[in-house]
Amino acid sequence: MKDLTEDENAARKGWMSLLAQAPAGDLAALWADAGLTPDFTWLRRPEVGGVMVRGRAGATGAAFNLGEMSVTRCSLRLGDGRVGHAMVQGRDRAKAEVAALCDALMQGEGGDTVEAAILTPLSEARRVRREERAAKAAATKVDFFTMVRGE
Amino acid sequence: MYVAVKGGERAIDNAHAWLAEERRGDREVSELSVAQIREQLALAVNRVMAEGSMYDPDLAALAIKQSRGDLIEAIFLIRAYRTTLPRFGYSEPVDTGAMACDRRISATFKDAPGGQVLGPTFDYTHRLLDFALAAEGLEPPEAVMAEPLPPEVPHVTEFLDREGLIQVEEVPEDDTPRDLTREPLELPAGRPLRLQALTRGDEGFVLGMAYSTQRGYGRNHPFVGELRIGTVPVEVDLPELGFAVEVGEVVLTECETVNQFVGSKTEPAQFTRGYGLVFGQTERKAISMALVDRALRWEELGEDNVGAPAQDEEFVLYHSDNIQATGFLEHIKLPHYVDFQSELELIRKLRREAGTSSSAVTGVLAREAAE
Repeated sequence: MKDLTEDENAARKGWMSLLAQAPAGDLAALWADAGLTPDFTWLRRPEVGGVMVRGRAGATGAAFNLGEMSVTRCSLRLGDGRVGHAMVQGRDRAKAEVAALCDALMQGEGGDTVEAAILTPLSEARRVRREERAAKAAATKVDFFTMVRGE
Repeated sequence: MYVAVKGGERAIDNAHAWLAEERRGDREVSELSVAQIREQLALAVNRVMAEGSMYDPDLAALAIKQSRGDLIEAIFLIRAYRTTLPRFGYSEPVDTGAMACDRRISATFKDAPGGQVLGPTFDYTHRLLDFALAAEGLEPPEAVMAEPLPPEVPHVTEFLDREGLIQVEEVPEDDTPRDLTREPLELPAGRPLRLQALTRGDEGFVLGMAYSTQRGYGRNHPFVGELRIGTVPVEVDLPELGFAVEVGEVVLTECETVNQFVGSKTEPAQFTRGYGLVFGQTERKAISMALVDRALRWEELGEDNVGAPAQDEEFVLYHSDNIQATGFLEHIKLPHYVDFQSELELIRKLRREAGTSSSAVTGVLAREAAE
């Protein structure tokens, strides 16, 4: 595998994170609509396991083990040699497979399709999800100085 | 001594079949789905994830369904499942400063930068039963929205930290914490291991211990400097890539307490801290954890051991785990016929030697016990 620059690493980290956090149903639907059917061989078949999540005492002090979360990981190689990896939240093997395929495709030909048909809609859905929660939280902000709530 | 018994397979099978029928309940009533439990009994799901020590809402919901709502049984199921999973690694410590907060309150600073955000809380409800919830098919009310707040909210303790008014959290040179799931608990545990035990400890036990400190058994004058609930990403270093990626997100509750100060002839007075961090929306547990964490720090902070239960690391850590506790407690209901038989023999012998004869009743008991 060729060495990636720091920027390429950052970009890859971005899409892998987005794929890992995507709701399994959303990712499956977008992948089906994208109509991509790349040939690949498994380097590591999807496997469910646990990752121990850590925190820090007082948020900034000594690390401690908080508890595990379930994840699924896999690795595969496309016909042209590109390698894709995935470690995604939950126990959905199909989700891990699609995430690894997207990771591999993003490194060359087919990347544009993945970006437009899968990553962009996922990113938009995540933005909307986050903004909605933030907006609901904002509506519960206590204001000690204003007697009349704005409308 | 425990001696195994054999037999009873058919009775056991039939008992389990009946259990399954009872679990389903009245067939006139529609069956509860795992998704319904996950979405509508979310706080039960959160508790099972926290004490099961496994973040997976679908699994926790399944465990609650299977256990008929017995949460300790559900936690047991999650712990048992957890042990079957290969461990892929450890995450980077989560950055709660970057939490997307649903809720964030401070009991110490009215005007804390970032504001007091109540979130979806039971606080300020009247605790009157809402009979509207008993009526089915009503449209649920919608949450109100406002202009979103800035995404990152600073920790309240940072402000005290900046002025040197609160004890600094040091990162030790060897920052690899011991792991309860990989090695047996040995004392002294140290703070990281204590925090792991407390975050997965029984909510009722940790609450009781925390309450005892408030009532005077190891009092440490806590203020809730900050309580925040929200989502943080979890980053894991993938060796095949050589960098960390976010593998998912978890909802956490974090409580930082600001406690009575310590000082000496050489050092000026300073506030001290207690810390709670728990999976899910679990604020009673997180506040309790922070109080007990603070009580257990007496030695490190140069305080007196007043003999309070919450100051006793051995007592707290060896009794906080509800699966260990219930395992040992509930095993005494299983057949102990042989041990009891030997005790019975002994007490008969003692009574014979003392010249008293055993009554007809103990005779009957003895025959039954021998069966």
